[in-house]
Order: sequence, then structure tokens, then C-alpha cells
Amino acid sequence: MSSTIPSLDPALAERLEAVCLEIEADPARIRVRFPAAAREIGRTPGTSADVGQDRLEDRVRVRLLEALRRAVPDVERRNTEVHDLYRFGDADERRAVLLGLDRLDLDDRALDLVHDALRTNDPRLVAAALGPYAATHLEAADWRQGVLKCLFVGVPLALVTGLDDRADAELSRMVGDYAAERRAAGRSVPDDALPLLLPVRPSES
Amino acid sequence: MRIFDPHIHMTSRTTDDYEAMYAAGVRALVEPAFWLGQPRSSVDSFVDYFDALVGWERFRAAQFGIAHHCTIALNPKEANDPRCLPVLDLLPRYLAKDGVVAVGEIGFDSMTREEEKAFARQLELAREFALPALVHTPHRDKLAGTRRTLDLVEAAGVDPGMVVVDHLNEVTVDVVEEAGAWMGFSIYPDTKMSPARMVAILRARVESGRGLGRVLVNSAADWGRSDPLSTRRTGEAMLAAGFTEDDVERVLWHNPIEFFGQSGRLLLDVPETDSAATFAGNSLLRGER
Repeated sequence: MSSTIPSLDPALAERLEAVCLEIEADPARIRVRFPAAAREIGRTPGTSADVGQDRLEDRVRVRLLEALRRAVPDVERRNTEVHDLYRFGDADERRAVLLGLDRLDLDDRALDLVHDALRTNDPRLVAAALGPYAATHLEAADWRQGVLKCLFVGVPLALVTGLDDRADAELSRMVGDYAAERRAAGRSVPDDALPLLLPVRPSES
Repeated sequence: MRIFDPHIHMTSRTTDDYEAMYAAGVRALVEPAFWLGQPRSSVDSFVDYFDALVGWERFRAAQFGIAHHCTIALNPKEANDPRCLPVLDLLPRYLAKDGVVAVGEIGFDSMTREEEKAFARQLELAREFALPALVHTPHRDKLAGTRRTLDLVEAAGVDPGMVVVDHLNEVTVDVVEEAGAWMGFSIYPDTKMSPARMVAILRARVESGRGLGRVLVNSAADWGRSDPLSTRRTGEAMLAAGFTEDDVERVLWHNPIEFFGQSGRLLLDVPETDSAATFAGNSLLRGER
């Protein structure tokens, strides 16, 4: 996701800028501005079953997280603030935190949030958890389990960042077993699982 | 008959209730945060409850075609427990969320100093977040508690039009009317109002020229012996007493929208019912997926 919001309505851009400045002046304000962001700044109207839908409120909230990064140079304080946003967030807010993790310079401090999201069965959270942050920081065994979970809960693998780079022989074996189990039960195998059945490289440790 | 139940605790109700409510005409509701019967022993317990009110319960209601909103607060009874008090510091995070349409239930249970302090603090939060306040009145010493409630609202500088004083009866309605606040009535077996008494109050208001404005009728259905259809029963009793369909719709639909609409956060476009949908992976059709 790009940090700039294309075709941004000027009034919305103005509201977003004002809230970003407010957070940079007083970072604690993110605790009430982040949950209210869709209502106060802007949202994509309606709901969608498309877990990969590019929604305005996600982009807006990621921008607020970027303002937080600028406002709180101390990484431990910033990390605590991000964890609290996730802890007290609803599903939309948690999704936005996951989408913004790679913008926050937290190294691997927020990996527990990725693990938490991957334990849910909410496809929107699972999809958001396997973005650039997980591609960089999630260790191989957990990352493979995450990809397999996508197949189980119906998250398109196109949404998994770095799939081509990180897919390995072990993932190929796991997806192969999954496909065999589906076929044995007379069920279909998702189309996007099929390319993974071809081993591409030896497994990482 | 189109019904908006402005006070009902769906966390304590079954899917049968949701189905019966939809069939009776309920299309929207407000679930106030309250005491769960079993006392909470920590702030974390509140957090999980608030998360359920803005998450799972809203999802569950939508499965039955009903728009779910909530109010968030530290309830009067648990305001007396020092283990629960720190939840006041977390309320702003929840009062900022979509679908949170008031601060509530706040008010008095036993009229203690602790209750008064939490009440006053939460009236300040209602002002800060430009939210209405839903105020519970005590079961015991109700008239004195109602008067003290109205004094605190005035002292806090809250517009009485942003306050509903709930669980009123024949004895407490007039002081709330005079203060300019909204009047809430719970049609609840044994301990609160009945449909017939409610109709008598409405008729008296119309005959005295005060009309049907600023009145909210709710079921307050919860984990006690209560009836989630008592709003419908009241609408039927109004019709039987000669009120028009428009009068019933005014009281049971438009009034709650007018009051909670002041929050600017009503979510009245209920998504199409999709019985296979999941919330955080939990479907209501267990065993079918």
C-alpha cells in the first residue's frame, strides 16, 4: 500500500492533515483519533466481502500511524502505544495496525500482534497480518503456517507479501498435503494453491 | 410496526429472541453497558465486555437484520468497587468508536459518594465526546435519586436534551419533564412499568398538551425475567387505546432516532443478512460450516 492516497478529496486531505498535526503535537491523541478516524476523516462507503479491498479508512489510519512514528522517536514508547491501539481496537482498527506495522520502525517488537491476528479466523485480519512486516520479520515456520491458514480461511494468496521470494520446499510439501486431503474428501483445491505445489528452492531453516 | 428498542441487553439473550424481535418489527436497538449480575473483579473484564459490544454482539444482531448500537460506561453499581474504577481511564478509547451512541448506563444505585464521583466524571466525558448520556435511576429511593441526578446534570453543564433519565414511573416522570431531559420507561415485568401503565402516562401527556416528544419506551430485557417484545406489546396497547399508527411509530421509532441521532453515529443501514458470514471466524451456524 502506498503512503500517498490517490484521488484524495481535498476536504478529506485537510481533515487528515489536521489530525496528523494534532498527533505530532500530542501523541496521546491517537488513542481517540485512531478509533474515530473512519467517521471523522473518511471511509469507503458500505461493506465488502472482498478481504483485499483497498479501503479509505485503512489508508487514513496508516497515515495516523506514520504521524505517530514521527511524533514518538523512542521506540519502546512507540511500541507500547501501537500495542495499546491493537489491544483496545475493534476489528477495523486492528486491521489498520497490522497494515501499518512496516511503517513504524519497530523491528520485530510487534511480531506478537501478527501471531495474534493469525490465531483468529477473521480473513481480513489474517490477510493484513501477512503484509510486508511479516514478510520481513516472521520466521519461516510461522510464515508457512500463515500461508496455509490463508488457504483454509479463503484469503487469496495474491495478498501475501513476498510469496514468490519466501515459498520453499517445505511450504510446497505442506500445500501438497493440504491438496491431497482436499481431494481425498472430494473437495476442490483453491487455484492459487497450485503454483506452490512446484518446489522452488530448498527450505530455510 | 417499526421498532427501535433504545435499551436492551442482547448479550444476555438468545438467537430465538433475535428472531422473535425481528418478526415483531424490531429493526434497531441500543445495548447499554451495565452490570452483568456476576460482579467483575478487574478492568480487563470490562475491556472484553466493551469489545463484545462493539464487535461480536453487533455482528450477531446483523445476522438477524437488526442494527446494533451500544453505550459505554462504568455502571453505578461497580463504581463502588475500587478494582473497577480504573476503567474510567480507558473509556475515551471506546467513546471514540463508531456505533457508540451514548455514555451509559451511568447514574445512581445506592447513592454513594463513589457513585456520584463516577457519574460526574462520565457526564464530563459525554460533553467532551459530544455524546448523549443514558442515566439509570435507582430501584430504591427512586424519586430522591432522580432529583439528585438532575442536579448533577445541571451542575455538569450538560444540555438536558442530551440526557435520557431511564426507568421512570408515574412518580418520577414529572421532575424529568420539568428539567427538559428525555424520559425513558422500561416495560419490564414486576419491577418496572407495564404496557397499560405506559399507555396511561402517554394519554395523560397528550391530554395535557405535552405530546409524545422526549419519551423513550424500552424493554430493558436482560438476564432477569424480562420480555424483549414488551416494546411491541406497548405499541399494541397504544393502538387498542385509540392511538394512531403514526403515534406508535413516533414513540417506538422516531423518538429513539431523534435522541441517539444526536451522537451522529447511528448505523441504520443493516447489511444484508448472510447466515454464512463469520465474525472473527465464529459463525452462528455451528456445525453447518
